[in-house]
Amino acid sequence: MSKTITIDGQVVPFEDGQTIMDAATAAGVYIPHLCHHPEYTPHGSCKLCTVKVNGRNCSACTFPALEGQEVLNDTPDLNADRQKITQMLFVEGNHFCPSCEKTGNCQLQGLAYHLNMLDNHFPHFYATRQVDASHPEVMIDHNRCIFCTLCVRASHETDGKDVFGISGRGLNKHLIINSPSGELKDTDISIDDAAVHICPTGAILIKRTGYQIPIGQRIYDHQQIDQVSLAREHHQDEQ
Amino acid sequence: MSNKIRVATTSLAGCFGCHMSFLDIDERMLQLAQVVEFDRSPITDIEHCTNCDIGLIEGGVCNSENVHVLREFRKNCKILVAVGACAINGGLPAMRNFIPLEDCLREAYFDGIGVENAQVPNDPELPLLLDKVHPIHEVVKIDYFLPGCPPSADVFWKFLTDLIEGREPSLPYELVHYD
Repeated sequence: MSKTITIDGQVVPFEDGQTIMDAATAAGVYIPHLCHHPEYTPHGSCKLCTVKVNGRNCSACTFPALEGQEVLNDTPDLNADRQKITQMLFVEGNHFCPSCEKTGNCQLQGLAYHLNMLDNHFPHFYATRQVDASHPEVMIDHNRCIFCTLCVRASHETDGKDVFGISGRGLNKHLIINSPSGELKDTDISIDDAAVHICPTGAILIKRTGYQIPIGQRIYDHQQIDQVSLAREHHQDEQ
Repeated sequence: MSNKIRVATTSLAGCFGCHMSFLDIDERMLQLAQVVEFDRSPITDIEHCTNCDIGLIEGGVCNSENVHVLREFRKNCKILVAVGACAINGGLPAMRNFIPLEDCLREAYFDGIGVENAQVPNDPELPLLLDKVHPIHEVVKIDYFLPGCPPSADVFWKFLTDLIEGREPSLPYELVHYD
């Protein structure tokens, strides 16, 4: 008899060592997230996967599943918090969707749509951030970076290159490039690297590939991120 | 005095794209005209709004006149609505927020390609530019937000029919987009 937790009353089996997110994904239950990816070590920084475990807030991507946990996930209160967190991400960076190549295929945007986020609520920072277009094939628009560290983890864990890192704290936090000049062109990044393809927003883009999918056929035009995410990550779990 | 619902609209630092999208409700405009009359709006050329039920604001706040117009709308509209990306987050005009205003003016009126008789326009009738472009909710209280660049005609229709028929306005997934 396998061990179980409940998520919003639904019985979900788990194996020792699985996080609540792992168990939920395997059972086809969507928990909102941006910095989590099933292939990489959890980071627990975006806080969108915050769930209530036996009455206390925990990050589902880092918290281990334990026998008998009662988890609340898809509740009005938690989703309201998630909407506020998403709004903070939008005002902290410079996310101008109409001028972004990732629009329609962006997880940050897809999640905001899913949460029915209609405004940004908070005052905008309009922080001055740079664009690194030095590399012939890959570009970085720091305006759109949400510090999820997926590129950092993908570059380290899959590509074995450590092209990216996070430096600074609070308002000064920023993505850094591991090269003597600090520019992408002086790294050994290649277009086939996992780190180039993992960005949930439009911060890391492959040049000359934008706007190829017409409006109406993009990932989040008609499908919600819960379905897209489960289809992608549930499948990865089974592999 | 008719008892129609009075709607005012304006574009601040916007491109009138949201207004064009509103007009895309096409023949439904006739249906709307049965219950709505337009006050201050590019559709009527009325200069100032008075006692309106709904104010639709396109565009962000980029100059002193925008501030005055926005405050006039807030004072005279029971329900004030931010329409489109620029009203909600500053949009394209706000991309100048990363460049000092003086540099923007220099580029536009002195160093830009094809500039003749270089000078910064300074006619007293021209409103002064603000240092930065702001979303309208940073200046006045906003009751509802219609995202999109522009919001589709169906967004206007859904929102206005919800309000007119006494429902709390809501937008389904298909109508929420930021581009």
